Amino acid sequence: MSTGPERHAVPALQVRGLAVDLGGRPVLHDVDLDVDVGELVGLVGPNGAGKTTLLRSVLALVGTRSGTVRIDGEISRRARTQVGYVPQRHEFSWDFPISVEGVVLTGRVGTIGWLRRAGVDDYRAVREALEKVRMTDLRHRPVGELSGGQRQRVLVARALALRPKLLLLDEPFTGLDIPTQELLMDLFLELRSEGQALLMTTHDLTGAMHTCSRLCLINRTVIADGPPEELTDPQVWIRTFGFREGSPLLTHLGAS
Amino acid sequence: MLSIGEFVADLSNPLLTFLPKALLIAVMSSVVCGVIGCYVVLRGMAFIGDAVAHAVFPGLAVAFVLQGSLVLGGLVAGVLTAVLVAVFSQNRRLKEDSVIGIFFAAAFALGIVIISRAPGYAGSLQSFLFGSITGIPDEDVYTVAGAGAILLLVALGIHKEIVAASLDREMARSAGLPVFAIDLTLYVMVTIAVVISVQTIGNILVLALLITPAATARLLTDRLGLMMVLAPVIGALAALVGVYLSWSLDLPTGGTIVLTATLLFLLIWVLAPKHGMLGRALAGRSGRGAVAAPAEDTETGVVQQAATRV
Repeated sequence: MSTGPERHAVPALQVRGLAVDLGGRPVLHDVDLDVDVGELVGLVGPNGAGKTTLLRSVLALVGTRSGTVRIDGEISRRARTQVGYVPQRHEFSWDFPISVEGVVLTGRVGTIGWLRRAGVDDYRAVREALEKVRMTDLRHRPVGELSGGQRQRVLVARALALRPKLLLLDEPFTGLDIPTQELLMDLFLELRSEGQALLMTTHDLTGAMHTCSRLCLINRTVIADGPPEELTDPQVWIRTFGFREGSPLLTHLGAS
Repeated sequence: MLSIGEFVADLSNPLLTFLPKALLIAVMSSVVCGVIGCYVVLRGMAFIGDAVAHAVFPGLAVAFVLQGSLVLGGLVAGVLTAVLVAVFSQNRRLKEDSVIGIFFAAAFALGIVIISRAPGYAGSLQSFLFGSITGIPDEDVYTVAGAGAILLLVALGIHKEIVAASLDREMARSAGLPVFAIDLTLYVMVTIAVVISVQTIGNILVLALLITPAATARLLTDRLGLMMVLAPVIGALAALVGVYLSWSLDLPTGGTIVLTATLLFLLIWVLAPKHGMLGRALAGRSGRGAVAAPAEDTETGVVQQAATRV
């Protein structure tokens, strides 16, 4: 990594006053959010709360009405290529005739540049990424033959091949069984302990309470933001998700 | 039926110079179409390939009437239609496939009307639609060779970008790739491949040259690199055998080439080691290869779940 420890004062992601309209309709307003190096932040909220839109505006895939997004202190569009993006699994063409290694290498396509071939450093980054997600022994396997959990690992490796400052994960657990989810969670915790900054959207509230270092409750804007053990006020959950008062879910989340 | 020896003798017969020219053009265009067809097959663009094949027709007709370059005329018409489709697809009430349906039929109709104004209408229409191996001027051989070489070089040059954009548009966009421009380049490449192939194989059948060899190659391998070598080889083989059969049995060239390619496809579909019918039956019996199937099922479930959630 090029960043020394002295730069940890700068958050990997800093969002200030972000507002986004989609098709003339306001989707997000006044969003402030930081993700520090070595943090795993869970982005939770109901359907249509703007979670995916927030991820997409960090990647500069949607235009913003106002506000700033800084990656590692930099505001430029170029800085966005320092962000590793793990989209939902169904966005990927799994029937493509390509190996695990080939997919991970496509993560570097923007860095390699036009009319150039992948170099030594690119292959080294691919090898490191495969090592991190423990898919090295499956690197020659066609991606169509992988299980759901393995597919998710490939997409994480593809994002890691960029050696990103920040990793964005969009619903990584959806459709996976519990053991696979747990294995994947271990991977994220490991990446976090290695100093990776991670921001992940999820619908698994209890899982997020247990594993995220911080939770950001969002519904059009940030309703609450803090370590899970501090989110004990039932009102913030009710405001975010529209839970009924006294809903058993609140007890479950330790917020009643 | 002619023996292969007699066919070779005919190829070198000075009275039949059109025959080696036709064979050369058929093989070259199958090679180019085989490579470009891999992208078309893998991206599920067969309908767009068909649309482009129809859309180039008015351009060919205008070029024919004005005695201009067929390649240039076809290219202009193909790109113009692609742009029209892109513009009209901005209207959210209409899906893109409807817009394509409207414009490619319109382009084809325009071509028919234009060519009806030309002298010798029936003959030229038939050779455009179904291909012809006679009357190919020498310079067309060079045009096809040149255009084909440029096309293959461009494909080689932007291969990794096309692959990244085909795998996952969102990720490609986030990596800073101009996904729309890459798509447009691919359409233009398909257009050129179609235009250079129209002469021998005909407007209606050219789609088969794009799709059939690439689809056959897909059945044989799970590696893209190998697929893009196998597809042009299969295409060239079909062209060679097709021209030979059509010459020796006096059958229409385009139709014979396409039927040969189709036969190869059916053969591979049954016999392919891993993805063929026979291979799967064997794998099913010995219990191998069943690993991927359950994962596939869960994945479909995920897609449906995700779709309802959105």
